[in-house]
Amino acid sequence: MKTNQVSNAFLPFLAPMLAIVAALIVGAFLIALTGVNPLHAYTILFRESLANYYGIGNTLTKMAPLLLTASGVLVGLRAGQLNIGGEGQIHMGGLGAALVGLYVHGLPMWIHIPLALIGGFLLGAIWGGIAGYLKAFRGVNEVITTLLLNYIALNIISYLVQRPMIEPGAASPFTPIISDSAKLPILMPGGLAHAGIFIGLIATMVLGWLFRRSPLGYQIEVVGQNPTAARYAGMSVSRTIMFVMALAGGLAGLAGAGEVMGLKHRLFETISPGYGYEAVAIALLSRGSFTGVIFTSLFFGALRSGANVLQREAGIPFTIVYAIQGLTVLFIAISLAVESNLLHRVSLRMNRLKPAGVKL
Amino acid sequence: MVHLRLEGITKRFGSFVANDSISLEVQSGEIHAILGENGAGKTTLMNVLSGLYQPDSGQIHLEGVPVHLTSANDAIQHGIGMIHQHFMLVPQLSVAENIVLGTEFGLRLNLRQKMEQVRSMSNRYRLQVDPSAIVGDLSVGMQQRVEILKVLYRGARVLILDEPTAVLTPLEVESLFIILRQLAAAGHTILFISHKLDELLNLCDKVTVLRQGQVVETLPIQSVTKEILAQLMVGRKVLFSLDKGIPNPGSTILDVQNLYVKDDRHLPAIEGVTFQLRTGEILGIAGVDGNGQRELADAIAGLRSVAEGKICLEGIDITEWSVRQRIQQLHIGYIPEDRQRIGLVMNLSIAKNLILKAFKQLPFCKNWLLQDSIIDAHAIHAIKQFDVRAIDEQVSVSNLSGGNQQKVILARELSGHPKLIIAMQPCRGLDVGATEYVQKQLLIERQRGAAILYISTELEEVMTMSDRIAVMYRGQFMDILDAAHATIETVGVLMMGEKVSKVLDTIPATTST
Ligand SMILES: Nc1ncnc2c1ncn2[C@@H]1O[C@H](COP(=O)(O)OP(=O)(O)OP(=O)(O)O)[C@@H](O)[C@H]1O
Ligand SMILES: [Mg+2]
Repeated sequence: MKTNQVSNAFLPFLAPMLAIVAALIVGAFLIALTGVNPLHAYTILFRESLANYYGIGNTLTKMAPLLLTASGVLVGLRAGQLNIGGEGQIHMGGLGAALVGLYVHGLPMWIHIPLALIGGFLLGAIWGGIAGYLKAFRGVNEVITTLLLNYIALNIISYLVQRPMIEPGAASPFTPIISDSAKLPILMPGGLAHAGIFIGLIATMVLGWLFRRSPLGYQIEVVGQNPTAARYAGMSVSRTIMFVMALAGGLAGLAGAGEVMGLKHRLFETISPGYGYEAVAIALLSRGSFTGVIFTSLFFGALRSGANVLQREAGIPFTIVYAIQGLTVLFIAISLAVESNLLHRVSLRMNRLKPAGVKL
Repeated sequence: MVHLRLEGITKRFGSFVANDSISLEVQSGEIHAILGENGAGKTTLMNVLSGLYQPDSGQIHLEGVPVHLTSANDAIQHGIGMIHQHFMLVPQLSVAENIVLGTEFGLRLNLRQKMEQVRSMSNRYRLQVDPSAIVGDLSVGMQQRVEILKVLYRGARVLILDEPTAVLTPLEVESLFIILRQLAAAGHTILFISHKLDELLNLCDKVTVLRQGQVVETLPIQSVTKEILAQLMVGRKVLFSLDKGIPNPGSTILDVQNLYVKDDRHLPAIEGVTFQLRTGEILGIAGVDGNGQRELADAIAGLRSVAEGKICLEGIDITEWSVRQRIQQLHIGYIPEDRQRIGLVMNLSIAKNLILKAFKQLPFCKNWLLQDSIIDAHAIHAIKQFDVRAIDEQVSVSNLSGGNQQKVILARELSGHPKLIIAMQPCRGLDVGATEYVQKQLLIERQRGAAILYISTELEEVMTMSDRIAVMYRGQFMDILDAAHATIETVGVLMMGEKVSKVLDTIPATTST
């Protein structure tokens, strides 16, 4: 049984690792096509994102929203809900934080910051909760509603920053800068990295712990795996789903709040360059593991932060880096399909794990 | 001629040996029973035979030739087909489509021609079924025929049936046996698993008894009796008569008045059922499957809303109460019929499944935290008490044998002294020893003062367990009989929906047939 558990703990990481390696290899060919030595490009990519002061800061800045949003998506997945509304929830969260940061005055930092974070969390939670309500009590598929809610959120923000919230005399549609007392502290002097990454790490660890130890985590797990059994045991499946979607939205909302309070210091239309969608990929790659989310977010954050430098220093277009991201997702999807097959074979040889779906 | 020979088949899961050097010979045209306790390794052995598992050692010979089966497909190529207990059909597709599914690699599927082919095949084997019917609309017995046709279509000569009768009505069982005998007469070799000893004695030519993964003995069926088989299987004497003790019913605890309930398709499933259940009493509910038993159990447990009528427990009207209220405030134990779909979360451990209903309560949850050590200790205790065969309490229930999964549910539902126990097919899939144990436990609960609703399609089971017997037919109670005076014949006739007055006239006729 011991060996069994070890291999069980190890396996979830194996597939994402292999997928990342495979994506980097195919990416190397793409880079070679642009006439750059792939080794040189990768050296720049990882040196600039993980092995230098500003690079690390930059990576952590990108990682923070990814981590929070992906944790939210993962919470949804645990309850059997696929939340692709991260993008809208981030923006609504940004709005919540901006409202508190702009229109509440005269508070000390230690009250103002939490208050603005709560504002972000709440608006995100409402946004996720709407989809949760529609799924739980009206039976509308959450994939569709979360997607549609993204467009609604973006349009709301767009209107607000062009009209009522616009900075007087601004050149483009954005709000004024939020009060200093609502700005998140900068982590590394001279860099961009802000305290948002801590919020992300703490939230993720709390969630991991919640799912291991708390009755709530247990209930979510049961609802996700067998809603019929959950109902039979007296759990309210609809309320659990609604709660989970609101929590997922709230986490994405925190990501948006972090962007506004830590990085941009104001609200505008595109505070998230697609973090919400990337988070779905990250959550899926992490295979149900909150530790996995931390590492996968780090990798995606590093890719994003290295991408800038790649373009500047080696003349490699952004799109190549996006292609590598896409390839990672693609390879993970393939590995998931291959893995169940492979596991089957391995288990036949080594008699360790149960092949899927053959037990009576 | 020896059709199938197994030689020293061993299969391990981790350190656990599920099949321990099993050797076995089956003649062609033979119906060979595999018998054994829950967890003895029957399903595992059949999975090895049908290519789903690879043995760690040992050899399979087909007609004298050693074969190496790498997958279910490979096994079927060699003429070995398995009919699983949980059917693997696509409910939305037609019978013919299900049968040819996965065998056609051409670009175009000539469905009409296939239909004809399936029709002539079903005539040839006398497995009557409409090839154009949608599988989801068929009865369980019919679906099983489709499963059998499916493996025959693929050219199977060895048929493996793992507990095929567990979900069939007596009539369906009979027609299955006719089919199997015909197939055997035509030279097919059949491996048959069942916990119902009468069935084995009635159908099979030989029986191999397994215990803890090993072959105890292979015997011709003529040389055994139920008692011998039971003893070989569990290693001790099994009493086939239960000492029920003296019934000591108290006051009425459950009062169901004029109940109307609808089924999943919103058609009336229960139409005006009225009965009372007293403490310390077992009310058996007999009836052919699908006459409203499921809906009745669900309605009392709160899983299904009541269209009309009233359910009172201890004088309180609970008709509108939620499931949670009923569990927490009333303490109702409910053993559902479908253990995998309703009663268990397959990917969670035994320990986690045992707290399904009590995970928020002391002692499992304290200071807002799950108390892992208490949960595990509780599981270890339950595993010992109910003799669940598992490596440890952390195994996910999907890795347990069918009977042991059922024991997990029983352990959960009977714990903590429920006032009312709704037991639906509680012994389905259990071996004789475990059946005896469960029935004894239920009798102990009765003695303690629990009121028990015992729902089963096995007439004899209901007769032995009940103090009173209600016979259900088309959503109504035909009658409620005192168990002391009820006979198999009267109950059997009531189950078919005929009124007792008529029954009395026809009893001589029915008993003579
Ligand atoms: N995939 C698996 N991993 C670990 N243990 C397993 C696995 N499959 C079966 N087992 C164990 O092997 C033993 C034999 O299981 P099997 O399903 O063959 O029993 P069975 O004879 O069919 O019992 P039943 O009559 O209850 O269906 C059981 O103790 C079970 O827990
Ligand atoms: Mg079995």
